[in-house]
Amino acid sequence: MKSITRQKSLEEVEHQLEGLERVYIIGCGTCATMTRTGGREEVLDMKERLQEMGKMVTGWTVIPTACDDMTEASLNENTGFIQSADCILVMSCALGVQKVGSYISKPVIPALDTLFIGVEDGPGYFHEVCDQCGHCVLGYTAGICPITACHKGLLNGPCGGTNNGKCEVDKEKDCAWTLIYQRLNEQGRLDLMRKYQPVKNSQIVLRPRVTIIS
Amino acid sequence: MAQSFKEALNSGKFVVTSEIGPPKGTNIENMRHHIDILKDKVDAINVTDHQSSVMRFPSIGGCLEIKEHGGEPILQMTCRDRNQLALQAELLLAYTRGIRNVLCLTGDAVPVGDHKEAKGVFELDSVQLLRAIRQMESGKDMGGNDLDGSVEFCAGAIVTPEANPIEPQLIKFEKKIEAGAEFIQTQAIYDLDNFAKFMDYARQYPVKILAGIVLLVSARMAKYMNENVPGIFVPQHLIDEMAEAPKGEALNKGIEIAGRMIAELKKYSICDGVHIMAIGREEVVPDILAAAGIDNHNK
Repeated sequence: MKSITRQKSLEEVEHQLEGLERVYIIGCGTCATMTRTGGREEVLDMKERLQEMGKMVTGWTVIPTACDDMTEASLNENTGFIQSADCILVMSCALGVQKVGSYISKPVIPALDTLFIGVEDGPGYFHEVCDQCGHCVLGYTAGICPITACHKGLLNGPCGGTNNGKCEVDKEKDCAWTLIYQRLNEQGRLDLMRKYQPVKNSQIVLRPRVTIIS
Repeated sequence: MAQSFKEALNSGKFVVTSEIGPPKGTNIENMRHHIDILKDKVDAINVTDHQSSVMRFPSIGGCLEIKEHGGEPILQMTCRDRNQLALQAELLLAYTRGIRNVLCLTGDAVPVGDHKEAKGVFELDSVQLLRAIRQMESGKDMGGNDLDGSVEFCAGAIVTPEANPIEPQLIKFEKKIEAGAEFIQTQAIYDLDNFAKFMDYARQYPVKILAGIVLLVSARMAKYMNENVPGIFVPQHLIDEMAEAPKGEALNKGIEIAGRMIAELKKYSICDGVHIMAIGREEVVPDILAAAGIDNHNK
């Protein structure tokens, strides 16, 4: 499971950096490297782009996993370059941005947008697997998530927009409920699809979401 | 109007409904005109709910206009734009204003419409909305709280008899009936043999089925729907018939085809009625009924 990210436009990066001339860049060696949005190569490319904008890049690093506790140690190693910067441009998902921000009082600027939590099916092809809805229904849906795989997140079967097993929003995308039907049928478990699924509880963990594991 | 839609459904007569689409804006003259044309010709008039996810004057506003003009409205209600609170509140309003019929729909996806960045709600689906109505009828809201004055609706839903694959749709159709759907208006059907086969299956359920009739206005429209509209199949012989119509006569040919289909459905008692969708040509619905041999339907 990975955080799937996309680089913001250079215009937006520049807009966020308004008034901030000295920039330290942080990439991430895990998800953002795999999605080629914030690995070593992209960080070096961003360094050049920033210099073309007239910014001064005080330094850069690629933290192995920006969202874990090792981030603090990595930041400590680079204290000098970070201290001489006006801000930190983080090329990781929002988890890494927030983790970095928790250790540093300087402005922390995201260079990426976090799109979804997904997996890579083939080279460069990622799909969302979990919306973290708080009440898993995969046991009723042959292991295919109707919350993420169905555009409307329907729980009781397909809408009328499905056509030849495809979704009404994109003819290239599979209809989740056609897939669920086929797999339940193969398993001889269509009774699960006939069962009424009640409205989901949208407040299982109240936002801001926090949980304490004792 | 002589009788309510529910009474018409239960009377054993061949029921006819049609529909209007509210305007994009506050000029409701054309909608009023369509209501005037339809209200005495059909048993009930559906009002679409931001059809195709295009923002418009609301369905309930159109239904109130129909009530004020002495017609019988069917409130189309999608789950696309409202959460539990908003859906229930609208049902309370509808009931107090004499609106007694609701068509429960999931709703089109937001990105197919004209507010492509808007949030799609879909907290409920059509089956859950049907159940919510039945719960409100018992005097409780979806939160389990007592209502001070409950509701009573003739609730319906839709089905797509030409969907491919059909099996998942039929499972949902059965869930809608279990959830309390009293009537079903189908997606457009054109192949009556296919539809008769669907009805052989559907007859086993305690629900009234109104066949969807979409007026063809050109061969091009028929081909377009075949390629782009899920669950619509216009057979080649009808496309040819439309194409062979003399210049300027395509609309009349479409009226003739729709009338012929309705007459056949009625003659052989294939289903319980029809739902005529003229999509912008509401003024010709009386002509379609005349072509079907259904005149002065409510007299």
